[in-house]
Amino acid sequence: MGIDERDKFRKWLAPALFLSMLAALYAAFVYAPTEATQGDVQRIFYFHVPSAWVAFLAFFVVFLGSILYLWKKDRRWDILASSSAEIGVLFTTMVLLTGPLWGKPIWGTYWSWDPRLTTTLILWLIYVAYFMLRAYAGERVKGARMAAVLGIIGFVDVPLIYLSVLWWRSLHPLPVVVRPGGPALPPSMLGSLMVSLLAFTLLYLYLLRERVLLERLNDEVEALKQKRR
Amino acid sequence: MGYTVRLWAIIYKDLVSEFRTKELFSSMFVFALLVLIIFNFAFSPGTRELQLVTAPGILWVAFTFAGALGLGRSFALEREKDCIHGLMLCPGDRGIIFLAKFLGNLLFMGAVEVITLPLFAIFFNVRILPILPSLTLILFLSTIGFASVGTLFAAMAAATKTREVLLPILLFPVAVPVIIAAVKSTGRVLEGRPLSEIAPWLNMLLSFDVIFLVICYITFEYVVEE
Repeated sequence: MGIDERDKFRKWLAPALFLSMLAALYAAFVYAPTEATQGDVQRIFYFHVPSAWVAFLAFFVVFLGSILYLWKKDRRWDILASSSAEIGVLFTTMVLLTGPLWGKPIWGTYWSWDPRLTTTLILWLIYVAYFMLRAYAGERVKGARMAAVLGIIGFVDVPLIYLSVLWWRSLHPLPVVVRPGGPALPPSMLGSLMVSLLAFTLLYLYLLRERVLLERLNDEVEALKQKRR
Repeated sequence: MGYTVRLWAIIYKDLVSEFRTKELFSSMFVFALLVLIIFNFAFSPGTRELQLVTAPGILWVAFTFAGALGLGRSFALEREKDCIHGLMLCPGDRGIIFLAKFLGNLLFMGAVEVITLPLFAIFFNVRILPILPSLTLILFLSTIGFASVGTLFAAMAAATKTREVLLPILLFPVAVPVIIAAVKSTGRVLEGRPLSEIAPWLNMLLSFDVIFLVICYITFEYVVEE
């Protein structure tokens, strides 16, 4: 498993990410109009929603990687799943931090037991357990197998958790983008959100790529250590 | 040996060792009782209304905490003196070990629930006899869901360095739908509402049971593999 420094994917990804981040910052802070009732605090929306999107995307990749790992027993899929889980936990943490920042001035409270908040928090706990499982498993292969099982169960559980908390109570603002009858956002806000979504997705791909390469280097170092003994 | 014979052999082994030591059942039952008593201190003196609101939650905290205790122990026992290796040398599908352990845990949790329920009725002054059929259905569906993921996670936790410590951390987030559905439907039934009103919750419990029994059955072999 050699690391190709002239990786084509890596070559275009970094500049594309840089440009899209600049565009997203411009869109969120300059281009997008100030929301009439909520004011500037609403701009956190352009970071909160894309973070949530990346978190769910990342956990979906964990789910796929876990299935492929149990099926093919190839270390590559385990690296993909665990790297993606790390990024997923990071972005879930960002969702859980940016949400209350907006909630305090708008709802008047940092936290509410709304379905999406609660589901996100439980999701965060499941993937924290995912890393504890890996850390305490002893052998790496054993930890990888058990974590893969949790990666599958955790993802399958998400709709059930969401539905159960939804039936329990609800306060979160209704979806404004994906809903019957088309988006309820003005085009300038929707455009800004789309640019931000693109930037965050590229950021996810970039981080995932780097994390996977780092883990492969780790494996190589381990292999070299074994050889020297 | 047929499938059911092998299944029964493992369940029988667990039952015999439990009848001789009685450690699993007694510790689960006493713990459930303690939870009822401690929560009674935490919430009383309260009004009758408050008691009806908190009672289902307290009941399910008692059942799930005691359940987690028993689940953790059931696989820790197999790890002691490496019994799990003996089990794994048994011919046939690893899924049998999962199913047998799951059914055993279901029996133990069920037994604890049967004994705890009358005490709950006495302590919290609720009439459970008229609502016994619906309550039994809720208990049955919820315990299946909790014990299915619980058995799988107990096998995982027992294989780690931290042993049983990891089990609640793995189990409770995943079991959230079961716990919410169980508490909500128990509450409705205690208020004297008809069974039709809790049909969505029962459907959710049933879907959870089916989905996770299948996934746990399939993935169990990856968890115990050495």
